[in-house]
Amino acid sequence: MRQIAIYGKGGIGKSTTTQNLVAALAEAGRKCMIIGCDPKADSTRLILNRKAQNTVMDMAREKGTVEDLDLDDVLLQGFKGIKCAESGGPEPGVGCAGRGVITAINFLEENGAYGDDTEFIFYDVLGDVVCGGFAMPIREGKAKEIYIVTSGEMMAMYAANNISRGVLKYAQSGGVRLGGLICNSRKTDKEFELISELASKLGTQMIHFVPRDNEVQRAELRKKTVIDYAPNHPQADEYRELARKIADNRNFVIPTPITMDELERLLMDYGIMESEEVAV
Amino acid sequence: MSTTITDTQKMIEEVLDAYPEKSKKDRAKHLAANDPTGQCSTCQVKSNIKSRPGVMTVRGCAYAGAKGVVWGPVKDQITVSHGPIGCGQYSWWSRRNYYNGQTGIDTFGTMHITTDFQEKNIVYGGDKGLDAALHELKDLFPLAKGIGILSECPVGLIGDDIEAVSKRVEKEFKFPIVPVRCEGFRGVSQSLGHHIANDTIKDYVLGKGELDTLTPYDVALIGDYNIGGDAWASRKILEEMGLRVISQYTGDASINEIAIATKAKLNLIHCYRSMNYICRHMEEEYGIPWMEFNFFGPTKTYDSIRKIAARFDEKIQKNAEAVIAKYTPVMDGIVEQYRPRLEGKKVMLYVGGLRPRHTIGAYEDLGMEVVASGYEFGHGDDYKRTYPELKEGAVIMDDATLYELEEFTRRLKPDMVGSGIKEKYSYHKLGVPFRQMHSWDYSGPYHGFDGFPVFARDMDMTVNSPTWDLIRRKK
Repeated sequence: MRQIAIYGKGGIGKSTTTQNLVAALAEAGRKCMIIGCDPKADSTRLILNRKAQNTVMDMAREKGTVEDLDLDDVLLQGFKGIKCAESGGPEPGVGCAGRGVITAINFLEENGAYGDDTEFIFYDVLGDVVCGGFAMPIREGKAKEIYIVTSGEMMAMYAANNISRGVLKYAQSGGVRLGGLICNSRKTDKEFELISELASKLGTQMIHFVPRDNEVQRAELRKKTVIDYAPNHPQADEYRELARKIADNRNFVIPTPITMDELERLLMDYGIMESEEVAV
Repeated sequence: MSTTITDTQKMIEEVLDAYPEKSKKDRAKHLAANDPTGQCSTCQVKSNIKSRPGVMTVRGCAYAGAKGVVWGPVKDQITVSHGPIGCGQYSWWSRRNYYNGQTGIDTFGTMHITTDFQEKNIVYGGDKGLDAALHELKDLFPLAKGIGILSECPVGLIGDDIEAVSKRVEKEFKFPIVPVRCEGFRGVSQSLGHHIANDTIKDYVLGKGELDTLTPYDVALIGDYNIGGDAWASRKILEEMGLRVISQYTGDASINEIAIATKAKLNLIHCYRSMNYICRHMEEEYGIPWMEFNFFGPTKTYDSIRKIAARFDEKIQKNAEAVIAKYTPVMDGIVEQYRPRLEGKKVMLYVGGLRPRHTIGAYEDLGMEVVASGYEFGHGDDYKRTYPELKEGAVIMDDATLYELEEFTRRLKPDMVGSGIKEKYSYHKLGVPFRQMHSWDYSGPYHGFDGFPVFARDMDMTVNSPTWDLIRRKK
């Protein structure tokens, strides 16, 4: 069983990418599970073809405590038998979503949600690693493999570097490793080269470059992955390729995060950002 | 430097020798030999800084200071411990702040009320539950005059907006709903909790009440928590002097008394450490002068009565002398009765607030000598007030550890130790006479003329109990 966590800047396409690649794995006959670690609970919508109503924390709130929950209440099956669970949590601005992730993951693990036959468990984690709770999937020997979704936009790269720092921390205390960067293209200048270079600076690889295609949005509007909605579309093959690369990946590293200055220099080297002298 | 000072310094060094180098260096700053003149530069202790990890400090936290000390005793306010159950449970009326009233009807001092946080409150926030709790309380206890929301640690961690809830509900209930941000992780001891509580008194209650008739003799009695009835004993003296105590807080206090406190002509402060902040505020904002006083033991009590009277006219001064004359024979009788049994006995104190300095005079009235004294959470100004009260060469301790207390006990061989509940049982095991001097070991009052006979009896009972010999013989 491989436990994999997907991180990346908010809005970069983590959930869309994760669900499409998991759909591709399931299509190839692999047994998969997705655990959404985000109070928005939208990590399984494209697999279930609807938004998950029964998140672990919402159900726990309704019933009193998490001990009152049954696994069946919160563990659902979607496209090609993919198991889905969402941690759930508070609306923005109140409470502690991080604690919700910790509680939910512990509940799923203690109640045997993973089962014996699951080959891949994917944790789809909210935005940046803002507190200890969101690092839960990579703590205590849970996910050992991390992929960071990024694009050629500066803030996405900044977040990727920041997340690498979190991975580095847990790589030293546990066995977690970085498996690569997934470039979810925003069609910025020299994006392929830039992310390849960032990956090598972080000591890892750009495992796949997912081109931008509106078919993804069309599928999303119908609450489906591209694999499900348009299996013959070229974009579906991109996700199949990403899934194959992740399944075959053997390149796991302790990341080497870079400084803010180095990151800016990288952007200047690729001509994306003007140096200050030129700007003045 | 005198030999008594150097002898004590040598003893302190011996005690410190057991520590690793770094701890030793750190702890050395908190222990000193007393120099009453204040001239010896190495005789000043450092205080109010973070305790060294691993030394088993007996300090409390900001919540303890705000809930347990300052807000808890206010009797017609309901004090809600907002957070998981433990903090409220373990601070449940532990200080025996007496009050008049019908508990559960118009007063709530001995009740333990908490929002009882569960995991879901951490994840989804506790504000809705708090709102519900406030409404339930209003229904259950319609005679309550206010509600205090005392924050426990998790509330601060998840950023629960208790101020917003308080503001909204206050408009609805039309009485003070006081959000107190006293999360235990703030500050180095309970001391910050006192300050936070003082600030909320100032912001939410103080000066909001009206008082129809005013007299030149209106005073407020501040920082007496009425432990075992202390404040009642103190108030009696002030009233016999002809003063009108318009406000007494927070022991046996009502919200209204605090609201009208700004009408006083003089603020009399008993526990300086926990309530000097509100006195300073009233001095600056309302021009009300304040003075410290000490009603422990006849000598200090007579002295304080005269000093208080000196702030008023001849009538009060005459009354003061009459009060002293009236009680002197009674107090002399007590001294006569107990002094022969206690003469020359040595006392070691390690407590909080004002006791490490204020009780010294009462012991001396009984012929006893305080050979070591220290504060859990004192500041520099507390120690400055303490040095002149103690004899030269006495041990001054700040944030002492159990090891240090035991070592000093072995070396100084006090006939009695006065400290807290955490120290009590280890002293019992050592067979050393001990009194729990935070809440008078379930006795009291100790203040004023009513209190001194109780104090004298209790000290005699402790020092001269045959029990200690039985314990020691067993070993």
